[in-house]
Amino acid sequence: MAGVTLDTVRKIYAGNVEAVKGVSLSIEDGSFCVLVGPSGCGKSTLLRMIAGLETISGGEVKIGDRVVNQVEPADRDIAMVFQNYALYPHMSVYDNMAYGLRNRGTPKGEIEKRVKEAARILAIESFLARKPRQLSGGQRQRVAMGRAIVRKPQVFLFDEPLSNLDAKLRVQMRVEIKRLQRALGVTSIYVTHDQVEAMTLSDKLVVMSGGQVEQVGTPAEVYRRPETRFVATFIGSPPMNILPGTVEGPGRVSVGGQSIAVTDMRDGLTPGSAIEVGLRPEDVQAGGVGASSLSMDVDFVEELGATQLFHGKVAGAEFIVQASTGQLPADTRKLTLAVDPENVHLFDPQTTKRLGRE
Amino acid sequence: MVENRPFAQFMAYLTLAIGILVVAFPVYLAVMASTFDTATIINGNMPLVPGDQAAENYNRTLLYGGMHARQPVGGMMFNSMIMALGIAIGKILISILSAYAVVYFKFPFRKTAFWVIFITLMLPVEVRIYPTYKIVADLGLLDTYTGLVMPLIASATGTLLFRQFFMTIPDELLEASKIDGAGAFRFFKDTLLPLSMTTIAALFVIQFIYGWNQYLWPLLITTKSSMQTIVIGIKMMITTTDALTEWNVAMTTAVLAMLPPVLVVILMQRLFVKGLVETEK
Repeated sequence: MAGVTLDTVRKIYAGNVEAVKGVSLSIEDGSFCVLVGPSGCGKSTLLRMIAGLETISGGEVKIGDRVVNQVEPADRDIAMVFQNYALYPHMSVYDNMAYGLRNRGTPKGEIEKRVKEAARILAIESFLARKPRQLSGGQRQRVAMGRAIVRKPQVFLFDEPLSNLDAKLRVQMRVEIKRLQRALGVTSIYVTHDQVEAMTLSDKLVVMSGGQVEQVGTPAEVYRRPETRFVATFIGSPPMNILPGTVEGPGRVSVGGQSIAVTDMRDGLTPGSAIEVGLRPEDVQAGGVGASSLSMDVDFVEELGATQLFHGKVAGAEFIVQASTGQLPADTRKLTLAVDPENVHLFDPQTTKRLGRE
Repeated sequence: MVENRPFAQFMAYLTLAIGILVVAFPVYLAVMASTFDTATIINGNMPLVPGDQAAENYNRTLLYGGMHARQPVGGMMFNSMIMALGIAIGKILISILSAYAVVYFKFPFRKTAFWVIFITLMLPVEVRIYPTYKIVADLGLLDTYTGLVMPLIASATGTLLFRQFFMTIPDELLEASKIDGAGAFRFFKDTLLPLSMTTIAALFVIQFIYGWNQYLWPLLITTKSSMQTIVIGIKMMITTTDALTEWNVAMTTAVLAMLPPVLVVILMQRLFVKGLVETEK
């Protein structure tokens, strides 16, 4: 087993397009790291550089203590699961899993033992003789994982492995991947654009945007204390509401003339200067009364079953509030929102960085 | 069409039947003519029912040839077979390798190489026949199988076909093989080749028939009668100046010339169908 260390890794494509702009990251041995970000943020490129499928334009990739910049993918001791599974269509499930081992010259008995064991773990024993096209999407996904497991690699790499599955299966496979990783204890790097996958799977969550790392932390840290406005709006569903406001004084900001108390606020901000105020839809109390409150004009209501989403405007900006079903009448036109000072996030309008306590 | 109109259906079948008749009737006549003796046909009677000379005609044609062109058609068929197989297999080998290079390897002037191959599509054998003849003659390859086969092997069509097919194979398959420790040759042998089987079968049929039906090139470079191909043989049997044409022998030869391509199509058809049914979803 080994961890993975990235040191100012860059990827520059022909035409001077910088896809990855100096990412430094250290992934501990045995942990599950998820790279999340919108499409084009460089997360897949980064993963492919770790896999050795893309050349590294600058910086250093280390697996364990070994610098692998110049090492062939097959010799990096990694295994990868692709979005479209990339199973060999003409080979049986057994051969698909055994192929890599055969190329490596593993003895026949050992191959059989490993494939059988992986098949048992993944419950695909009965399909071993079938061709990939005779399998359903979920089964193919398992085979792709089986192919990774039999290698007994130091690192698992997942490139959006669940994107081709339907919603129900995705949830099921997500749990299985997590369970499997826990059981095997292999360092895993997982790329996704789905923030639910990212939150549920990761020990270490890496939010990327525009080729750079925006924030690294546990899912809870990233959710509770987003370092930038991008992270704040990307993680969490529905996204965090961002309102324009001004600084009133230490621990107080005003939004559309309504004053709000804030716990996590940087000292020394000039009163009167512009600031962005972030509030999660689930953190504001609709209809409640608190230390500070905002008034909201409701446009329409989205029904989600257990909860309802009230869409409307606060101080001229779009705003969404989440409330348990039945808590408010569906024809509510005006709402008073109670805001807990603990749950207010502040961002610099220029740098978009968090203006919390140092 | 979903509608069910008996008259329209009848007309459709009638048109089809007429079409088939027009195409098949001459073939039928040739088969019939190969079952009579020379005299019957020369007299202008073209019977539509089989005669009793079939065994005699085929036996004589295969082993001895006609009265004037005294060259056993069996030998001609052997020559044709070598040429057709050589051309078909050679073309497939060369084009699959060049397509592999053009699609999967990055080397300087890769695009240029592809376009040069592409442009040769505009230069069929007939256009470059004199320079080709000169080269083959200088190499001393006249009246050899190598001379018959080699100049016809280069194939832009095949390269293009394989290239298009390779482009449809997802890149991830190559990447997965890389991670599985397969180098360039292993990827070709273990993944690309098995996946190309149907394309190879299709190309084999087309190129086998192309090679079998070659007329101009073998006519130019073969001088010995023992190196003649069957297509030339037919022509020789018809153009006798000083005697009556043995139509029964000519027709027997024509029927024999038809057989191998028909067999290839029928046998390869299975592979096509299998390939079509087994394509990945």
